[in-house]
Amino acid sequence: MADPVDMAVEDLGIEKGLEKLTPQRIAEVIRHVIDNESAARLKVYLETCVRCGLCSDACHTYLSRGKDPDFAPVAKVKDTLWQMVKRKGDVDKDFLRSAARIAFIECGACRRCSMYCPFGIDIAYLMMTVRRICNLLGIVPQYLQDTTNSHAVASNQMWVQPDEWIDTLIWQEEEARDELQGARIPLDKEGAEIMYSVIAPEPKILAQLLGNMAIIMKAANVDWTMPSSDGWDNSNMAMYSGDFEVMGRVERLHWDKAAQLKVKRVVMGECGHAYRGAVYDGPKWLAWKQPPIPMVHAVEFYYELIKSGRLKIKEKFTKPVTVQDPCNIVRGRGLHDKLRYVVNALCEDFRDMEPRFEHNYCCAAGGGVINCGPPWKLSRMKSIKVKAEQLEATGAEVCITPCHNCHSGIEDIIGHYKLGMHVTFINEILVKAIERPED
Amino acid sequence: MPEFLSIPVWIGFAVLIAGSAYKLFTMAALAKKEKTVFPTMSGQFGLRSVLHWVVPFNTRNMRIHPVMTVVSFLFHICLLVTPLFVMGHGVLWQQRWGFSWWSLPPLAADLMTLIVIFACAFFFVRRIAAPEVRNVSTWREFAIVLLVASPYLTGFVAHQQWLPYSAIITLHIVFGILWLVAIPFTWLAHMLWFVFTRAYMGSEFGAVRNARDW
Repeated sequence: MADPVDMAVEDLGIEKGLEKLTPQRIAEVIRHVIDNESAARLKVYLETCVRCGLCSDACHTYLSRGKDPDFAPVAKVKDTLWQMVKRKGDVDKDFLRSAARIAFIECGACRRCSMYCPFGIDIAYLMMTVRRICNLLGIVPQYLQDTTNSHAVASNQMWVQPDEWIDTLIWQEEEARDELQGARIPLDKEGAEIMYSVIAPEPKILAQLLGNMAIIMKAANVDWTMPSSDGWDNSNMAMYSGDFEVMGRVERLHWDKAAQLKVKRVVMGECGHAYRGAVYDGPKWLAWKQPPIPMVHAVEFYYELIKSGRLKIKEKFTKPVTVQDPCNIVRGRGLHDKLRYVVNALCEDFRDMEPRFEHNYCCAAGGGVINCGPPWKLSRMKSIKVKAEQLEATGAEVCITPCHNCHSGIEDIIGHYKLGMHVTFINEILVKAIERPED
Repeated sequence: MPEFLSIPVWIGFAVLIAGSAYKLFTMAALAKKEKTVFPTMSGQFGLRSVLHWVVPFNTRNMRIHPVMTVVSFLFHICLLVTPLFVMGHGVLWQQRWGFSWWSLPPLAADLMTLIVIFACAFFFVRRIAAPEVRNVSTWREFAIVLLVASPYLTGFVAHQQWLPYSAIITLHIVFGILWLVAIPFTWLAHMLWFVFTRAYMGSEFGAVRNARDW
């Protein structure tokens, strides 16, 4: 059964929204999404499911919560979408409160279950449809909605103001130049080979990652640029809050910026969501088959630089490390082998996780779950015991996470389950490991 | 076969074919409406996924559920092969159309029918015993399992002549008709959709995400 502690959580984003709803409005929105915004996929998925329960063992929430059947992927669909469709939108507020909790908190849209369903039913897509309904009903967890509002108003996830953005880049360029002469963060350089994309947490709370990148780019002698104005952040939490209009706007602005700068490629920093939004969900909503300019994730970029010899490794990281396979670049892009190539090139003692590659567990932070904020942290920790056990079994001291959500999520897991490990981005190891050009 | 049942049998096949065709056409139109479905479909990656999932123990989920894998593969093979090649059905074709094809040896047909019946019993018990399956099962799920087993059970009993033949064979045909008619209108429609859903997910994983879906 649903966790009583989670059921007692009062999320103002959901509660205030529920107060305003009428039965007519609820039915109208649900029918609109089912009839007008969904078509073949939703219908086929609902008709095909034989209720075999074979998706259950895919889900970290189910596995972490003592195999409670209510947390199985199929149960999450049963307790949300099946009822909405069957009752033609005639559902009450208690039902919606629970549907929002299931879709936003108990499912991270990691898409592991679609690899376990014999029919390949995209259960994450079904949960995203529930989120879309919640968005249109105005019952999105408050903290997650705030990130979407920030995207809508400030074109980035964390209310970073235009002057703060430029100031941060200039500050980090100075920091980088203290370490390596000639390191730069070139702004708005038209025709550069690469536009480097980051997400708002970098300028807001992890600015050193930008300085590190300036050093890495200089050491590899890459012709790169970053945009000085809006379009630099495509982390796109709107994709997860169900506000697909804002999601589409974020992606369009990002690709417009890259097109204006006439770059050949976009390199996405160590973030899984942004990558997913830019190459997958965004283009789908905009009815593009693929992004207009090729995008590579940082892992692929580092792989190219190391493999081609543009970056030479001088000093390997000595502590035992393991690596998290971020859902959106492994299940979402098959970068697991390149990730291991990079980790092995940089670290002396690599200890892999089990299960790994496409079958690795999500960090439970992804899919907007961590962005639902403090009210739901305890629930998130209960839902990811299986990752704590998996991390502990590696015997590693450091977990490398080439994704911002994995980074924060695994940091929380380490703290909550007292694993005594540390978390790091590849960027932080790479900048210390590489040979730097002579002054 | 009792003569009075020949028209219902034809109706059964007609509903199956027309119902399936209707479903396929309306779904194709809906898929067109969803602008990215057809462009995403990839023959190569779709086929790669389908082939991976029709080989036993070829996916991680099949390996972590070995009993279910063995039972469901045997079940599906016997379910599809037995009615097409059982001698009794071949005789009917011969009588009606003047031609027939290879038939299963009676012992093999009996064995395969029993496999279907025992597999259905397994699925029925699993629906009760496994909490994650019981949680999503209603009377309808149990009824569908029984419906699937019923033509095989009655066919087996008729062949053994354990009970009055004409009554049992009538039941066999009635259940067979219901079984055919149910395919497009219940989750037995997974028979129609399996190839498409699998191929679509295989295409998304292979062509868009460069990853494996098994």
